Amino acid sequence: MDKKRRDFLKVAGISTLAGLGGTAVVDRLVSGTHPSVANASGGHGEEHAAPKEEHAVQEAPKTGKRYGMVIDVKKFQEDPALGERISRACIQAHNIPEFPEKKDEIKWIWMTGYENAFPEKSTLYKDETTEEHQVPVLCNHCDNPPCVRACPTKATFKNKDGIVIMDFHRCIGCRFCMAACPYGMRSFNWRNPRDFITEVNRDFPSRMRGVVEKCNFCAERIGVGQKPACVEACGDTGAMVFGDLNDPESEVRKLLKENYTIQRRPSLGTHPSVFYIV
Amino acid sequence: MFEKALKGNNYYWMWLAFLGFFVGIAVICYLRQYFYGLGLTGMSRDVSWGLYISQFTFLVGVAAGGVMLVLPYYIHNYKAFGKITILGEFLAISALLMCLMFIMADLGQPLRGLNVLLHPTPNSMLFWDMCVLWGYLLLNALCGWVILTAERKQVAPPKWIYFFVYISIPFAFSIHTVTAMLYCGLPGRHFWLSAIIAPRFLASAFAAGPALIVIMALILKRVANFDAGKQAIDKMVTIIIYAAIANMFFVGLEFFVGYYSNIPGHYHTLQYLFFGLEHHGHVYNNLVPFMWGFLILFVIGFFLICNPQTRRNNDLWLGIGCASIFLSFWLDKGIGFVLGGFVPTPLEEITEYYPTANELFITIGIWAAGFFILTILYKIAIGVEHEVEA
Amino acid sequence: MYDSSKIIPGLIIFVLFVTIPIWYNHGDAGAAPEIKLPQDAKACVRPTAEMRASHMQLLNQWRDEVLRDGDRGTIEVDGKHYKKSLMLTCMECHTSKKQFCDKCHDYASVKPYCWDCHLAPVE
Ligand code: SF4
Ligand code: SF4
Ligand code: SF4
Repeated sequence: MDKKRRDFLKVAGISTLAGLGGTAVVDRLVSGTHPSVANASGGHGEEHAAPKEEHAVQEAPKTGKRYGMVIDVKKFQEDPALGERISRACIQAHNIPEFPEKKDEIKWIWMTGYENAFPEKSTLYKDETTEEHQVPVLCNHCDNPPCVRACPTKATFKNKDGIVIMDFHRCIGCRFCMAACPYGMRSFNWRNPRDFITEVNRDFPSRMRGVVEKCNFCAERIGVGQKPACVEACGDTGAMVFGDLNDPESEVRKLLKENYTIQRRPSLGTHPSVFYIV
Repeated sequence: MFEKALKGNNYYWMWLAFLGFFVGIAVICYLRQYFYGLGLTGMSRDVSWGLYISQFTFLVGVAAGGVMLVLPYYIHNYKAFGKITILGEFLAISALLMCLMFIMADLGQPLRGLNVLLHPTPNSMLFWDMCVLWGYLLLNALCGWVILTAERKQVAPPKWIYFFVYISIPFAFSIHTVTAMLYCGLPGRHFWLSAIIAPRFLASAFAAGPALIVIMALILKRVANFDAGKQAIDKMVTIIIYAAIANMFFVGLEFFVGYYSNIPGHYHTLQYLFFGLEHHGHVYNNLVPFMWGFLILFVIGFFLICNPQTRRNNDLWLGIGCASIFLSFWLDKGIGFVLGGFVPTPLEEITEYYPTANELFITIGIWAAGFFILTILYKIAIGVEHEVEA
Repeated sequence: MYDSSKIIPGLIIFVLFVTIPIWYNHGDAGAAPEIKLPQDAKACVRPTAEMRASHMQLLNQWRDEVLRDGDRGTIEVDGKHYKKSLMLTCMECHTSKKQFCDKCHDYASVKPYCWDCHLAPVE
């Protein structure tokens, strides 16, 4: 091979390298990281909307919904049985299996220690809340969800109402989303869940082995005008309130206005849609 | 050219049968896993990636390591590597095939694997990883094959092939960079969330990959009458030394940042990996022996490949030195890096991971399958070499 | 090199081998299955022929509309509204999976994974 040709090919090789980290990717990545106004877009929605989605974060109409939740931790202290009630409600509504072994465990909503839920809030001498009581944790339906960014098949996506939801038909079980979720809110079907569903709800499917699952904000109930099962299980305690964060008149917005609330690990820029009154 | 793989002495066949035995066991174990689900492994919702993905990560590095022969030969015209670049290319092929097997073994729904292509998702690093891995595999297969065929016919390789050879160089870097990006772009996993991960991956890859090639060259010298040449081996050892130093330097930086900044998220995992992490009165330390093994093997291997006595005068010591470096970096990246990243969990709990027997056999079987393919490819390459010489 | 005395018989054996299913069944596809239609429902969301040919596409379409687009609009047939749902619409009329779905699927030897997740009506 003559010298000139060699030089040409060197250049060609280098420009390919440049092309690999190309601008398209950069654009893509950057567009996902804007701290957006509370809107229900970004990430990738359904692919029918693919052409629009590029700049969706900035351009989404303010009328778009973003569902969220406000959880009053004090109510859970007043009624220690409430935690069990809400997780049971979710288990029943969604045919969540209960395995004898912890290793196989699948959970959508559960009670955990204050310091587990909010590891960045340090205390020297714990007050009662942080010492003894537990807080419910569930998927935060992040406005800038890392799980959606990581999923290689769009099996996890954000729908038009701002709910981060899964298409179990499409999930290949790579578990990238589980590594990506900074809240540990995702579970995997390590084995066939069918035999471990105690009370079957015939209005909702189960899952098969080899797919990931998590809280879906009861998209199937909201879609027909009902409240999420866990919120309903709270009765009129007001321990959990669900609503549209983008609607200034909604009850959640009222609560956010009247109370000091915190989110889980806000420093990560995921913009969780679940707020806690502590 | 495949007929070259069909003629061999008894040792050749015994070696293949030995590997085939483990492949067979792995097939049975995989079928069990396929029908039961990944519950047959030691993974759980807290440690959701285990041996499969960690082996995958390490082997991507081995595949990328081959470029340390291709680059000096084709870009710097370093002639001594002429005879052994094919070893690097074929090593890359078998390492990549192992990677793909590990990915398939790890998928919960392997039959839906093609969804990654049916619903391409450019914001997922896994999508890009698949693109570059396949790209690098095809490039190596193409270049290796065309150049070997030309060599057999004793003609110069066609000119167009150099285009692909040059492209394969940035691809080699990209496969390991993108694999690092699988980890270092995830918020909330502090151990992985470090910009040094990609360079560190490359450094350990450029030590581990060539180390394996040196071992292979030393073995081939004894069993297949194939001499890579003293100069080539010596140069490779130099590359290994510098790459290994770079890797340890990067590891040291991680330690500094973790412990000097004293930010819990930044040192917890290092603490867990090297010293054991105390949590609610219990010390979790199941990876500590592996990480000290990493350090000790590094020191041993580094001494053996640096000391002129053991490096230049004795093939056995040199081989042991390279094997120590290879094993050391395997412990670092193929065990510690991936498994450590899951401790502590996002909910500040600690779950330790212990692989199951079924999982171990699948892992061993995939390694065996990789070496099976590697043996056959090397057999072909050396067969051609001998034919040309004859 | 071109050893036709081996290649041609080899080819014939290969062709015979891959067509085993045909020989095995004597070229007869077997009697078409008879499926049990619902007793009390008269209308379906689409004409029979269309359903027979492409119910799977329709189900996929419903899935994408409901799940991905959040479009839970109903389908009106003879003044009655139906949800876009396998479990809550199809199986409401076709109350037996065994007598309806499985009959054809077994015959055609297709194994859809619907029922790995979706719950078939109790029989
Ligand atoms: S909490 Fe986790 S699973 Fe839920 S949207 Fe956020 S990143 Fe995804
Ligand atoms: S496990 Fe499923 S949902 Fe999670 S990233 Fe992989 S394909 Fe997406
Ligand atoms: S919103 Fe629905 S899915 Fe989520 S935890 Fe509550 S009941 Fe479960």
